[in-house]
Parts: sequence; structure tokens; C-alpha cells
Amino acid sequence: MKVQVDQSKCQGHNRCYAIAPELFDVDDMGNAFAIGDGVVEPHLAEKARLAVANCPEYAISIVE
Amino acid sequence: MTTLDEKSIYGPVTNWQTDFDHADPSYNENAHEIWSELRGTCPVAHTERYGGTWLPVTHELVHEIAYDTEHFSSRGVVVATVKPSDLPDAIPAPIGGAPPITSDPPFHQDARRILLPAFSPKIIDLWEPEIRLLCRELIADMKAADVVDAATQFAQHIPVNVIARMLGFPPEDGSVFRGFVHDVLEAINLEPGKRAEAFMALDAYVAKQVQDHIDNPRDDLTNFLLNAKIYDQPLSLQHVGGSIILLLIAGIDTTWSSIGSSLWHLATNPVDRRRLVDNPALMPTAIEEFLRAYAPVTMARVVKDDYNFHGNEMKQNDWVLLPFPAANRDPEEFENADQVLIDREVNRHAAFGLGIHRCLGSNLARLELRVAVEEFLAAFPDFELAPDEVVKWSVGQIRGPRELPVRINARTL
Ligand code: HEM
Ligand code: SF4
Repeated sequence: MKVQVDQSKCQGHNRCYAIAPELFDVDDMGNAFAIGDGVVEPHLAEKARLAVANCPEYAISIVE
Repeated sequence: MTTLDEKSIYGPVTNWQTDFDHADPSYNENAHEIWSELRGTCPVAHTERYGGTWLPVTHELVHEIAYDTEHFSSRGVVVATVKPSDLPDAIPAPIGGAPPITSDPPFHQDARRILLPAFSPKIIDLWEPEIRLLCRELIADMKAADVVDAATQFAQHIPVNVIARMLGFPPEDGSVFRGFVHDVLEAINLEPGKRAEAFMALDAYVAKQVQDHIDNPRDDLTNFLLNAKIYDQPLSLQHVGGSIILLLIAGIDTTWSSIGSSLWHLATNPVDRRRLVDNPALMPTAIEEFLRAYAPVTMARVVKDDYNFHGNEMKQNDWVLLPFPAANRDPEEFENADQVLIDREVNRHAAFGLGIHRCLGSNLARLELRVAVEEFLAAFPDFELAPDEVVKWSVGQIRGPRELPVRINARTL
């Protein structure tokens, strides 16, 4: 399982970073990106799903 | 200070579908019921007031307009008796008077990028100890009293002090800022000439502070803006002043309202209050729910050209209100939308807007809100609305309690 942030949709609400700092980081402009290659360890799967479900811009998706 | 009801050029609302007025005091008092009723009947209400204004109340329609910068301009974001198109000297789109909030693409993104780094989460988090200290000082000042006004003695001072420190403005001018914020956001239905006077006073005050920063540079946001460049040129003084006015206006009533509404909820819901006292780890989730359920900010857009929006014949220069708070209560988007559930984990709320104008201060606003509620609860684990006193709600696009008398039943020392 992997998470990815669509940079063209992300507006920097920072909900993902607050919910799952293990999976997301933010740049100087406050926009989010997935840490590393976005791979989600099984114990973080629930947090990944919550990040997807809380992004106001529908910018995060789960692949695989 | 003037009270609007005396001076409004409009009478009381008789019909919320065809003659609504967001500055009628009963609008903010009954907002949730009004939106719920409108959602079932029209989804887009209309009024001839303010020269023609529309009010969509579903999440879907609010989302659509927030994303549609082709038909809707941000040139005017506060619906009032004066329209940008009435003012021959107003700075036109895509820049507008207070960039980036009044700007449209493509200029908007360039103006916004200047400010973004100063408000990114990692920079904003550094303010936490100072905000906490400020909250504790405010609490210490009112500790002995049995009844305190959580809005005027506590909530309102937090954003005023923080933004004054960030901009490097005199902290003792807090009440001056609050006066300006009131004029811009609440004095919206006066004779147009009165409103222009209020704006002139605000411009003059900011120009004086900016000049002082040019003469005596220091390390703050005002000098940061004076040194910033756009398209390889320094920002015009007009742009610097406009952005400063934006930061003053955008951060104060909004955050004050949000802190006040959250404390109002805790004063009226003892079960939630006890849950948060016993389990502070729930706080971040509760804060997002307070932001959803009591979202304080409704924005506005100006219709660029005549446009048929889902069967509504919008005319050029009509106002369109963007009630993010109504979107947040739409049962099509949220389960149990009208219930406040402080452990709601799935909460895609739009309190900070949607699309390119996402609140630039959202990280700061969240921090102030969380720290304020944490400190208030830590000092006063038991409080309720003071019997025999009334809660007074704001008027206009920013919704929150302006007077919130609470009786303190337990305090820690
Ligand atoms: C709970 C408190 C707050 C709420 C609910 C809130 C809400 C909003 C909303 C909904 C917008 C979108 C405007 C639009 O779509 O036209 C916005 C924009 C903005 N807010 Fe906030 N705000 C809050 C606090 C703050 C604070 C503390 C600051 C800064 C000190 C701030 C600065 C801004 C700025 C600069 C914009 C314009 C962004 C742009 O146009 O790109 N806000 N805010
Ligand atoms: S929650 Fe969505 S919009 Fe916000 S930072 Fe994360 S990806 Fe971007």
C-alpha cells in the first residue's frame, strides 16, 4: 500500500501532516508530500485511510 | 461604537429565500436552522439587498464556486453596501485592494507565495510557547471573578496580540485594530459614504505603521513585506499596505469567533467538557469538529459576467456569498451533520475554505484555537453560561459570540 499527494490539488490544509506525520511532510510553502516513496507500513494503514478521508481538497489517494 | 441595527439602510428580513440579509442580527443567531431550511427548499437563496446577492447553502455548490475562478472573482470578499464596481479608484482584478485575498489568477498565486513560508506549519509552531504564555496572562487577570466574559476578556485578545507581534505594530493599539475590524466586517449595511470613511482611517493607520518600519527597520512581517519582491520588483507600497490590512482583518474576528464558539460549546455541553478534561489527547480531533460545526467564516465572490448558475440568472457584479459554515453542515457531505461529535474522525471540513484561497493563516489559527481551549479548560475545568446574562452573537460574514458571560464553577490554581 502506498499514499500519494496530487500536487495540483493540494492547497496546504495540513490535515494529513497533523494526522500522520509518519507518512506526510510539508515543504516551505506548506504543501504536503508523501515521505520516501509513500509506502505505508501495515500498522499505519488506518492513519493513511484517515488522511485520505480528511483532506478537504481530495488530494490524497491510496494506490495498490 | 455604533450599533448596526440603528444604522442599517435595510429593514428586518421577512423571507430568507427571497429577501435574506446576512447582517440581520437574527441570521447569525439562527444560522444553522436557516441553512437547513434553505437546503430543503431552494439551495440558492437570493436578495435584492446590497445590489443583488446570492446564497448557495450546499457543500456541492459552495465547492463549485470556490473552484470556479473563471466566473467568480475575489475582487470583493465582504458583501456590503459598497461594491468594488462602485469605486472608480478601486484596484481592479486580478490584484484587488488586499492581495492575495482580493486577487484572481494568475496574480493571486504570485502574491500568495510571498506570504506562504511565513505561515507554514513548522514556522508557526515556534509561536506555541508565546501563545500559551499570553493565554495564561489573560487567565491570571480574570482568575478571581465568578463570572467572566470569555469573549471580551479572553478570546478576542489572543489573535490581536499575536498579529500585532508578528507585524511589529504597537501592542497597545489592540482596541484600535478591533475597531477597524469591526468597521470592515460588521459595519456593512451603513450608508456607503460612512463605510468609505472607515476605510480611509484604516489606510492612514497602516500607512503610518509602514512608514515607521521604513524609517526603523526590524525583524518582523512588515519589514519582510517591504523587502519582498514580485516579478523582480519590490512590492508597491499599495500592495504592502493591502496585505497588512488583510492580515489584520483576516486573523482577528475569525480566530476570536472560533475560540468563542468552542468555549460556548463547552459551556453548554458538560459531557464534552468533562471528556476533554479527562482525556486531553482527544483535543486535536475535537478542535477539528469545533472548526467544522462552528466554522466562523463565510466568504464572498463577485459575478464576473452575466451567468446562469444552475438555473439562477446571476448578473454581472452581483455578490455571491460562500458560506463554508453551511457547507460544513450539509448532510450530503457529513454524517449526522447537525450533531457536534468531538471524536468525529472522518471530517473533511471546509472551515478554512476550498481551492486556491485556502486560509493562509490556518496553521496559526488552529494553534491559537487549540492552545486557548487547552489553557481555559486547564484553569477552569467546570464552567457554564452565566445565568441571567445573554450571549451576544456577531453580525455579518464572521460568526461567533461577541459577549460570552460564563460562570466559573471550578478553578485550579
Ligand atoms: C479560525 C480562524 C480562521 C478561519 C476560520 C479562517 C478562514 C478563512 C477562509 C475560509 C479563507 C478563504 C477565503 C476565500 O475563499 O476567499 C481565508 C483566507 C485567508 N485567511 Fe483565514 N481564517 C482564520 C484565521 C486566519 C488567521 C489567523 C490569519 C492570519 C493571520 C488568516 C489569514 C488569511 C489570509 C491571508 C487569507 C487569504 C488567502 C488567499 O486569498 O490566498 N486567517 N481564511
Ligand atoms: S490534507 Fe490535502 S490539501 Fe491538506 S496538505 Fe494534506 S494533501 Fe494537501
